[in-house]
Amino acid sequence: MTGRPRSRAVILPAVWLGVLFAFPFLLVFKLSLSDSALAIPPYAPQIDWSGGLAAIKAFLGALDFEMYARLTSDRLYLDAYVTSLKFAAAGTLIALLVGYPMAYGMARCKPGTRNILLMLVILPFWTSFLIRVYAWVGILKPEGLLNVFLGMLGLDPVSLLYTPTAVQIGLVYSYLPFMVLPLYAALERMDHTLLEAAADLGSPPWKSFWQVTWPLSIPGVVAGCLLCFIPMVGEFVIPDLLGGPGSLMIGRSIWMEFFANRDWPFASAVAIILLFTLVLPIVLYQRQQARALEAGR
Amino acid sequence: MVRSERFASVANHARPGNLTMRRGPSWFNLVSITLGFAFLYLPIVLLVAWSFNASKLVTVWGGFSTKWYAALLQDEQLLAAAWVTVRVGLLSATIATVLGTLAAIALVRGGRFRGRTMFSGMVYAPLVMPEVIMGLALLLLFVALRFDRGFWTVMLAHTTFTLSYVAVVVHSRLVTFDRALEEAAQDLGCTPAQSFMKVTLPNIFPAVLAGWMLAFTLSLDDLVIASFTSGPGATTLPMRIYSQVRLGVTPEINAVCTLLIAVVATGIIIFSLTQKWRTGATARAAA
Repeated sequence: MTGRPRSRAVILPAVWLGVLFAFPFLLVFKLSLSDSALAIPPYAPQIDWSGGLAAIKAFLGALDFEMYARLTSDRLYLDAYVTSLKFAAAGTLIALLVGYPMAYGMARCKPGTRNILLMLVILPFWTSFLIRVYAWVGILKPEGLLNVFLGMLGLDPVSLLYTPTAVQIGLVYSYLPFMVLPLYAALERMDHTLLEAAADLGSPPWKSFWQVTWPLSIPGVVAGCLLCFIPMVGEFVIPDLLGGPGSLMIGRSIWMEFFANRDWPFASAVAIILLFTLVLPIVLYQRQQARALEAGR
Repeated sequence: MVRSERFASVANHARPGNLTMRRGPSWFNLVSITLGFAFLYLPIVLLVAWSFNASKLVTVWGGFSTKWYAALLQDEQLLAAAWVTVRVGLLSATIATVLGTLAAIALVRGGRFRGRTMFSGMVYAPLVMPEVIMGLALLLLFVALRFDRGFWTVMLAHTTFTLSYVAVVVHSRLVTFDRALEEAAQDLGCTPAQSFMKVTLPNIFPAVLAGWMLAFTLSLDDLVIASFTSGPGATTLPMRIYSQVRLGVTPEINAVCTLLIAVVATGIIIFSLTQKWRTGATARAAA
């Protein structure tokens, strides 16, 4: 890729994002090499611009990988990373299993119905995420609605709140629209005459699905899965409100290190490692977006 | 495409101009849709019901009551937080819409320029970046710049992460926009900037507006980034709700949520009605 941009519109967003999005990550990395201190802000060393070259050298000399060493030695964080990845993977898969039939059903409806359904999918997404998760507390708690419902059916009550299951339900619930929307977009664009042709050639419906519909919907599946998986890994609110000690996710541990322990350097190290684990899916997502960009031109 | 067009028009009753035929949803489709939407809406319906429940308990219906809404109006901290949230939302959404639209234009019209991959990466990364990482990074920036945390830092933070969403929405509309219209305007003597303002922008305006609404809603709803980047005196509504929720169930929260849902639903309905009105007016004008 060569040449200057053909549009000056790039300047303002590029500067904004460079300063407020890209540059801060360097700061996070630099902080992960620092030590925590009883100071405001709570880290050392702090660079003294007026000290000249000597001060900069002293600053660089005080940086170390101590935080990363601590991370690798403490099993708690390794477990949290693995737990987060497991929850995110399971949540994405379940969201796919629930969301695909929904999106497919929506794509099969008449245009008028489809638009109403689309609006209905988007509406919860636009209402407070925090409060919708909080509603699940009322459903899942021991004296909550779920157990009342089970009691009416004559079944034993279950204790789901503050368990990994509750976190899983919360994750699927919150990210379902992120799965349904790209799937719906891909399925809605599909040319149904291909299915007609397959039927004319004698293919049973299930086979037409696997050989025609499914392959054509894969870009939507990939987009939906990445849109769900990546943020799920770093999710904080859901494990915080619905989960217990057995479901410590990495987003929550970053929060706790930062706010509760005031250990900014350590929180930064945890965040950097999280970023590294997500680099591969993020790059995949960017490449998919770039391909969609190209296709759209 | 031509063959399938003929196929579609010859085969069962295709509507004119509609390339694809739909047989309509099967019973399996209808069941999936119903179950899926029921799952999606269950908590919302419950929250609305609980907000009118005279009893504090979630499993007992104590009669219809609006006392929680009355209590809401007395809760000064909640109201102050709501006011902060609305101001942050309005300001950040507007700036994010401008920047996101510019970013979309740059990506669609800019051609293959050096650094395009990195620029596109920066625009799309916030969509998937976990909020704790973004919040932490932004906080460190403000600390490094010795920028006191408060209203403006939250506003800057929200603008940064919502502009990606605006960019996505505007981009998908811009890509289908016919440049011939702009070129015609320039042939008739407009400068590129004028042709953008007078031809392109009015045409893509629904997408720009949708982007604004999306940015506003995301800002209204954000907890994590606000918690990292806010300061004293600039507590946002989600922050306030979160701290109250941790202490225990207060039915006022249900009232807040129901109000939010009502406001957003009204906004969406008005938006889609104006869309219908606009396309209707355009069709009538063209006829």
